[in-house]
Amino acid sequence: MKRRIWLRWTIVVALVLIYVWTFAGIEFNGIKPTAGKITRSIFEGIFSPDWDYVYLPDGEDLLRGLLETLQISILGSVISAIVCIPFAFWSASRRGKSKAASGSGKFVLSFIRTFPELVMAILFTKAVGPGSFAGALALGLHSIGMLGKLFAEEVENMDSGPTEALIATGANRLQVLWFAVIPQVLPGFLSYSLYRFEINVRSATILGFVGAGGIGTPLIFALSSRSWDRVGIILLGIIVMVTIIDLISGYLRRKLA
Amino acid sequence: MNGTGTNGLSRLPKKPSRIKHYLTFIIVLWMVWGSAVQTDSTFKELFTGLPEMWKLIEEMFPPNWQYFDNIVPAMLETIRMAIAGTTFGAIIAIPFAVISASNIVKTPWIIYPARFILNLIRTIPDLLLAALFVAIFGLGLVPGILALAVFSVGLIAKLTYEAAETIDPGPLEAMTSVGANKIQWIVFGVVPQVAAHYVSYVLYTFEINVRAAAVLGLVGAGGIGLYYEKTLGFLEYDKTNSIILFTLAVVLVIDFISTKLREKLL
Repeated sequence: MKRRIWLRWTIVVALVLIYVWTFAGIEFNGIKPTAGKITRSIFEGIFSPDWDYVYLPDGEDLLRGLLETLQISILGSVISAIVCIPFAFWSASRRGKSKAASGSGKFVLSFIRTFPELVMAILFTKAVGPGSFAGALALGLHSIGMLGKLFAEEVENMDSGPTEALIATGANRLQVLWFAVIPQVLPGFLSYSLYRFEINVRSATILGFVGAGGIGTPLIFALSSRSWDRVGIILLGIIVMVTIIDLISGYLRRKLA
Repeated sequence: MNGTGTNGLSRLPKKPSRIKHYLTFIIVLWMVWGSAVQTDSTFKELFTGLPEMWKLIEEMFPPNWQYFDNIVPAMLETIRMAIAGTTFGAIIAIPFAVISASNIVKTPWIIYPARFILNLIRTIPDLLLAALFVAIFGLGLVPGILALAVFSVGLIAKLTYEAAETIDPGPLEAMTSVGANKIQWIVFGVVPQVAAHYVSYVLYTFEINVRAAAVLGLVGAGGIGLYYEKTLGFLEYDKTNSIILFTLAVVLVIDFISTKLREKLL
């Protein structure tokens, strides 16, 4: 009982110290006098968006920007879903496999996961030039971290019965893979890939901030040129697109499960 | 005519149709191909880009160790931003979680609008929120903190109300039967059952926010992200590498602590 009270007090003191350190270090110079006005303009922009921007006959409009965003996320998701499969089998800990192998795989995956995707996008724009391809590569590489981990868990939870049965009947490795492993892991793999696709759609909307394509590019231009009605319509477009994608992907994932 | 039993083959169940699978496969392939064509993504481009990429990596090593002295204050700022943002978000998330849980509030016209707002918040990426807040409040930590706070509300409130909906109804019924009012009901019936989950979700959100805070500076919202622009702009890739390594180290340490704490909680 006494130990519990001590523990409680240590937590309280630690929290107080953390918060004192945090808020003592934050400079607050007051809010800009124009903040209220700008907020109002943004809200006005959102409620009276620049509808003309939705479709322009000659390029660079909302629909094309959103389509490009979707394309980036589709490519990124497919790249990562394929590339992460060897990583998943590498890092999955199964019976009769050394701890070092799966441990090193898990470390590589968590390393990829912590690498910010926006920084990755910047590096890719330096390598393959600014544009959607850099964005797709960045998403593809970054997603390996999470997808590899989820895929590995799926492999770990696989029932070893079918594999053993097939080996007992004299199947070769390829047959085991095709008839025992793939049917078991495929629904999970597909479902996780769709889930990652949902996340990628959100990420792809901001890749344009660093020149990696998608709807982020016109958005950052609209923000810096303070055309709030255009910011409004782009925000609206993003919200609608993300919601629709979530609905479709969620429906498909429920069917897969 | 085949007599029953004479021809075993005709009695085998029909193979399930594979047409749906093939169709799905073709549609996915078409989507991927279309995306690749539209975004000019080709293997050729990738392979011509690879040497560039390699040159970049070569320039990044060895990292500039001296540069760490310059970025430590910015890194501390990033952590401060994440702590403050998560805290504000966590506080605002509580009322949202309460009014979104269908076993606490039983009025549909409160629950559904609340959930709708949460869904709406979660569709907007945090960097986009930060860009908006920078436009409103100017450069600095404040827009970053606000962006993280808004993002945290969406995440924490959703996870918490889902946890609240799975709690044991027994204590709640017992309290109702002894005549507890709504506040007592929530404080003594709901909170003890949800508190551990809530704290765990707050820690989880904090982990996400540290990562997010590290790049918020790219849109001018303070923290270490500002230094990416600075170093990349001057092509000082060794310094960029120091920032990346430093960020990775901090994120890994915070993740480790937070995961350990969360394991203790649940």
